[in-house]
Amino acid sequence: MNPIYLFFHKTGSPPWFYRFAGKLIPWLWAGFVVLTAIGLYLGLLRAPPDYQQGESVRIMYLHVPAAWLSMMIYGMMAVTGFIALVWRIRIMEVLTISSAPVGAAFTIIALVTGSLWGRPTWGTYWVWDARLTSELVLLFLYIGVIALYNAYDEPRKAARAAALMAIVGAVNLPIIHYSVMWWNTLHQGSSIGTSGSSIHPSMLWPLVFMAFAFKFYYGANLLSRARLKLLAQDHRKRWVQELLSGKEK
Amino acid sequence: MTPTRKRRLIAVLVVIAGVGLAATVAFRALQENMLFFVSPTDVKEQSLPTGKRFRLGGLVAMDSVSRADDSLAVTFIVTDGLASVDVQFNGILPDLFREGQGIIAIGELTPGGYFEAEEVLAKHDENYMPPEVADALEKAGHPDAGGGE
Repeated sequence: MNPIYLFFHKTGSPPWFYRFAGKLIPWLWAGFVVLTAIGLYLGLLRAPPDYQQGESVRIMYLHVPAAWLSMMIYGMMAVTGFIALVWRIRIMEVLTISSAPVGAAFTIIALVTGSLWGRPTWGTYWVWDARLTSELVLLFLYIGVIALYNAYDEPRKAARAAALMAIVGAVNLPIIHYSVMWWNTLHQGSSIGTSGSSIHPSMLWPLVFMAFAFKFYYGANLLSRARLKLLAQDHRKRWVQELLSGKEK
Repeated sequence: MTPTRKRRLIAVLVVIAGVGLAATVAFRALQENMLFFVSPTDVKEQSLPTGKRFRLGGLVAMDSVSRADDSLAVTFIVTDGLASVDVQFNGILPDLFREGQGIIAIGELTPGGYFEAEEVLAKHDENYMPPEVADALEKAGHPDAGGGE
């Protein structure tokens, strides 16, 4: 058999995925704790205040990683949703729907921290500029995916509908990213791009640590949710029965 | 790839292409309205009507800010390097407001030719640095220093 198909076949088997994710999760949590500790120490204690924003620049260490992740998770949902729709792999359906609440949570974090930063810096909590509005639309898309999934009784049909919505909504991702270039916005342009960064290194490092910490959190949370969903869906199947009776670990 | 999968793949790709096309068309049409603010040059060229609310964005011109002694009233000039607009404002300015800073003023043009602002927001740029670095840049005459865009 083609090795790619073999890989899909193996990861596509719920008992195998359950065990594999179970082994991975403790490491992801450990990575999250260590990186967050380093990131918060550097960001809150070691990094200097900004020359204009003062101490409120520290909100960036939560805001920017959360905003990046809110978009990355939606992108992941679109990719896993695409695979789920075309190849009908159940693990991918489960991963798609399990990503949505995590992504929605990070979108809310990005919106709230941004709002708290905006008040002292811009002089307002909220404006309807292209960046802020498109990020709010992202939150509605996440909620839409979750709502659509819950609107169906049959989980596989529900997952396919949610996956389609995830794919269609992905059109918002380039809009969020390029909004600050295409239109005049109150939100500033990207500080980090292909041509380097306009953030001083002493402020960039805590940001990098926090960005990776958040990604580890997403990994751990996603896999935990996916495992739970598989158990619930397969609770009558033999592998779950064996697992529960302690025959298999 | 089995014919069923191929059919699904094509169906999903068609949906993606359709949505992408629709979004592109919609945003091209909305281009004008999506602008959060207009520049002083736009104001000059388009001769915007008085009494219509809009957002004016640009830099606060150097040595143009003058505050009243007995009230919060302040006047300053907003410029984009090519054109400039006189602005009057009566209220609390954000902390980042200073000469050379990018700002957005919400208000309307008056028959007197100046812009009466109801609200002033400071725009932050994408540069983040410690105060010492900003001082050093300013001393070296670097254009990034001292705020602005």
